[in-house]
Amino acid sequence: MRVRFWGTRGSIPVALTSADIRRKIERALALALEKGVNTPEKLQTFIENDLDFSVLQTYGGHSPCVEIETGTDEFLACDMGSGARAFGARIMARTMAGVAPVVNIVMSHVHWDHIMGFPFFAPAYVPGATLRIYGCHDVIEQALRLQQSAPCFPVDFSRLAAKIEFIKLQAGQTADIAGFRLTPKLQRHTGNSYGYRFERDGKSLVYSTDSEHKLEDPAETASFVEFFRNADVVIFDAMYSLLDAVSVKEDWGHSSNIVGVELAQMAGVKHLCMFHHEPAFNDERIQSVLNETVRFEELTRGDQPLKITAAYDGMELDV
Amino acid sequence: MEIRNQTYGDVLVLSPEGRIDHANSENFRNGLTPFVERCTSKGEKLVLDLAGVDYISSAGLRCFMLAEKQTRSQGGTIVVAAMQPVVKEIFEISRFTLVFATFATVREALAQLSPAALKALEAGK
Repeated sequence: MRVRFWGTRGSIPVALTSADIRRKIERALALALEKGVNTPEKLQTFIENDLDFSVLQTYGGHSPCVEIETGTDEFLACDMGSGARAFGARIMARTMAGVAPVVNIVMSHVHWDHIMGFPFFAPAYVPGATLRIYGCHDVIEQALRLQQSAPCFPVDFSRLAAKIEFIKLQAGQTADIAGFRLTPKLQRHTGNSYGYRFERDGKSLVYSTDSEHKLEDPAETASFVEFFRNADVVIFDAMYSLLDAVSVKEDWGHSSNIVGVELAQMAGVKHLCMFHHEPAFNDERIQSVLNETVRFEELTRGDQPLKITAAYDGMELDV
Repeated sequence: MEIRNQTYGDVLVLSPEGRIDHANSENFRNGLTPFVERCTSKGEKLVLDLAGVDYISSAGLRCFMLAEKQTRSQGGTIVVAAMQPVVKEIFEISRFTLVFATFATVREALAQLSPAALKALEAGK
């Protein structure tokens, strides 16, 4: 099972500024000077070994869209945030001329950051293409039509050429989608959100974003531990620090890196992938949060180590 | 949870022990509540002496947050002292150091909060 992240930022897309790029270059050159890089060979080694991710690359700024490769001609993704535009372009590039794509989309919820890429999702405009949109909310079709209504968007939903189907899922009831066994779970978020556990060939992936965890409710904690149980990868809403999550941003519907590690440890998860990054954070800050989270896991590790990563736009994971 | 307490002048030092985790955080909160209620602008200042605490989970930290919120609303003062290295790191990673004043020792906390309390400590009572 291969997972490809097209959008990993929460709430609103962000972009690197010219000042951000300049700062990366300054940091890289300062370190190169310090390391005595003065040949092309040394430069290559320096780039490979000495620059951390936040200098060399970027976490990106698109809002949530996560593709799961199906191994067939069909496509599958969670959410249609702004990352869906590039995902759609990739589908068009990968689909042979004359073949209409079939795309399965599983929606966590319909807040704007999770649907805003849909009007720019090229397969929706292809005659003969099929889009199957799955989710537990009753309002998915309404939300997608609304955001393409005048005066907000120039192309009305009714003008989309693809065959678009809406398929309702029920929390706790498994469904078979694009070769995966899928189990939805209700999550705490304004207007509700749903997490999804994907299973196939003995491997399991949980997509759990926009989910607040109330620490005072042991039953709720236990239900998430069971949902995450022994998962190979959990993609987790780690938008806030724990302090923010239990104080000024309580009831804002998101969680923290600390709670992510604790739940994953209790559930015996192998890999926790932090997701839905705070839009106010730059690459250095996200890298710093990742480093701290790795350290927190070391401090609290039980019998089994937990791998921790921070998702970035363009990242691929083999589950 | 039993929380040892010792008064020094106008400061009350609370000394929980062991782990404060998901299993016992509510007990910890219940044990803390009567002391927090007394921590007003005219009441005792509180020092949480964490020398005997070897682990705090997110549920435990939430109890700290609730205590801080209540004391602040009452005009009181609550600080943290004598954290073990692991607990100190958890505090920092969780960003709780942004809302709690922390001190390396109880003595340092008392010195900051109240000369009378420090004097009482040094007098051995």
